[in-house]
Amino acid sequence: MIEVKNLHKSFGDVKAVKGVTFTARDGEITGLLGPNGAGKTTTLRMLYSLLPPDQGEIRIDGLDPTRSAMEIKRTLGVVPDSRGLYSRLTARENITYYGELHGMSKKAIQQRIDHLTETLDMGDFIDRRTEGFSQGQRVKVAIARAMVHEPQTILMDEPSNGLDVMTTRALRHYIRSLRDEGHSVVLSTHIMQEVAALCDRIVIIAKGEVAADGTAAQLLERSGSDSLEDAFVKLIGSEEGLLA
Amino acid sequence: MRGLTTVFKKEVRENIRDHRALFNSLLLGPLLFPLLFVGMMWFVTSAEKERAEQTLELPVIGAHYAPSLIRFLEQQGAEIQPEPENPEELVLSQEVPVVLRILPEYPEKWAEGLPAPVEVISDPSRQESNAPIKRVKGLLYGYGQQIGSLRLQLRGVSPQVASPIMIKDVDLSTPKSRAILAVIFLPYVLMITAFTGATHLAMDTTAGEKERKSLEPLLINPVPRWQIMTGKMITTMVFAMASLALTLVSFRIVLPYMPVGAFGMDLTLGLETLLIILLILSPVAILAAALLTLLASFAKSYREAQSYMGLVILIPMIPSLIFMANPIKAEAWMMGIPLFSQNLLIGEVIRGETVSLGWYGLSIASTLAIGLVLAALAANLYNRPKLIFSGS
Repeated sequence: MIEVKNLHKSFGDVKAVKGVTFTARDGEITGLLGPNGAGKTTTLRMLYSLLPPDQGEIRIDGLDPTRSAMEIKRTLGVVPDSRGLYSRLTARENITYYGELHGMSKKAIQQRIDHLTETLDMGDFIDRRTEGFSQGQRVKVAIARAMVHEPQTILMDEPSNGLDVMTTRALRHYIRSLRDEGHSVVLSTHIMQEVAALCDRIVIIAKGEVAADGTAAQLLERSGSDSLEDAFVKLIGSEEGLLA
Repeated sequence: MRGLTTVFKKEVRENIRDHRALFNSLLLGPLLFPLLFVGMMWFVTSAEKERAEQTLELPVIGAHYAPSLIRFLEQQGAEIQPEPENPEELVLSQEVPVVLRILPEYPEKWAEGLPAPVEVISDPSRQESNAPIKRVKGLLYGYGQQIGSLRLQLRGVSPQVASPIMIKDVDLSTPKSRAILAVIFLPYVLMITAFTGATHLAMDTTAGEKERKSLEPLLINPVPRWQIMTGKMITTMVFAMASLALTLVSFRIVLPYMPVGAFGMDLTLGLETLLIILLILSPVAILAAALLTLLASFAKSYREAQSYMGLVILIPMIPSLIFMANPIKAEAWMMGIPLFSQNLLIGEVIRGETVSLGWYGLSIASTLAIGLVLAALAANLYNRPKLIFSGS
C-alpha cells in the first residue's frame, strides 16, 4: 500500500512535480497515466527513494523512504525506465546478482529463478548472455530481477515500452496475476489502451499535478465522454504528448 | 559488507569476460612498456657505439697549409676528404658532422712559433654530431700537445714544466649507479602501468554503468551506496595491482636482453627487489583506482570519461620530468609526496642503496592516506542524485 500526499520536486527552475497525491492499495493495479514529461518517472523515483522529495509525504506500508530507505528497498520491486542489463552476464547471472544484493541465499535464489523462468517463459534464454537480447527478453529479465526477492509492492515505469503484441499480452497477464496474489502494483504509462486494459485505478498526471483520479468508469462519468481517450484529453485539457 | 563483496565478485567476473578490458588493463601495459623501454635503451646504446667505431670522415679546407697536421690525422685513422665548396651549408644540412678549416696564415704563425689558427666547423646542437666533434678536437689537442712538448725539449726545457697539474680520473660510480636512464624511466613506466591497469575498470564500473543504464536499477537494491562504490573500487585496485605485478614480471624476463656493457649498467631485478618495488608501488595502485573512479563518476558516458583519463595519465609523468631536469638527492621530507617518493625510492633500490625503513613507511603511509581520502570521496559521490541521472 502506497500513500502519497502533496509531493513536490524541482530541478533548478523546472518544477517537475507539484502537488501529486494518490493512494495505491494492495490487490489493485494503479496506473499513473500522463503525457511524456508529466512527472511520472520523477514521482516513481521519489517512491523508490532515489530522489528525495522537496516537500510532501510518502508512506509505503507505513514506511517513509526518506527515513527508512533500506527497509523500503527490501519490500519494493522496481522495473525502472532504464532496464540496463549486464551484457557480459547471462540472464540467470543478472538475476542472481540482484538476489545476492538482497542478501538471499544461493538456494533461495535458485528456486526463485526456476519459478520466475517458468512464469515469465524465459527457458529459452535464461542461460544465455544478455548481449543481443530482444526488447521483450530484456523486459522479462528486468522484471525477474525486480521480483527475485518477492516484493510486496511493485513499481513499473513504462513496462510495455517497445514490446510486441504477444509479449505485451503475456506481460499484462503476469501483472494481473501479481494483483490477484495481493500485491500492490503501480505502473506508469502514456498509453491509454494499457490503462484501459489493465488498471483498476487511474491517476492522470499532467504538468506535475494530478488531473483526475478514479476507476475507468468514474473518469468517463466525470468527463462526460464515451471513450477513455476523450476523457483523458478533456481531463488534462490538451492533446499534448498523446501522439507518442 | 555483504553488498560490497557481491559487487566485487560480479565486477571481477564481468570484466574477466570482457576481452577488451583484459587486454587493455592486463596485457597492453605489461607487454608494451618493457619492450618499449628495452627497445629505446638498445637503440640509444647501439647508436652511440656505432658512432664511436666509425671511421672519422673529415673534409679539410686548406690542407696544403699544414701537411704535417694532415699526416698526423691520417695516422690516427681519420679519412681526409677533399675541400668542400660550401662547408657551412654542408654542416647545416647535416651531410657531414664536422669540417676542418686551416687558415692561410697557419704556415706563417707556425714558423714563428705562435698559435696557428684552425677552425672546427660544426653544429653541436645536433646530438649525433657530438661524437665526431669530440674526436676531431681530441686529435687536434693531441697534436698540439705533442708539438708543444717537442718545442720545449728543443729549447732545453722539460715538457713537464708546462703541465703543473696532473689530473687522474678516480671513478667511484658503480655500474649500478650509472644506470641513470633506468633510474628515471623505470619508476615512471611502472607507475604508468598502475594507472593504465585501473583506467578501463574505473570507467567501465562508473561512467560505463551509467551509459548502459544499469546504474539506476543497481542503486535501488538495499545496499548502501558506499558499499557498491567501494566494491567497484576494490575491483579496479585489484586490476591495477595485477597490471603492476605482470609488468614487473615482464621486466624481469626482458631485462637480460638489454645491452648491458655499453652503459655500464647492471639491472638484474632479483625476486627480493621485485617484491620491494611492488610493495612501494601498491599504494599507488590504490591511489590510481580511487582517483580515476572519482573522476570517471562525474562523466556522463564512457567517452567523456576517456577524455579525462588522457590527462590523468600525465600525472605520474610529472615527478619523472622534474627528476630528469633536476636530479636531486632524496631526502626524508620528499617521502611524503605521492608518486614522487616512489620515484625516488625505486631509484635508490635499483642503485642498490640501503633505504631506511622510515622512508618506506612514510612513502606508503602518505600515498595510502591520500588514496583513501579520494576513495572516501568517490564512495559517497552517488549519494548525489544529480550524478546518478546525468546523461539520462
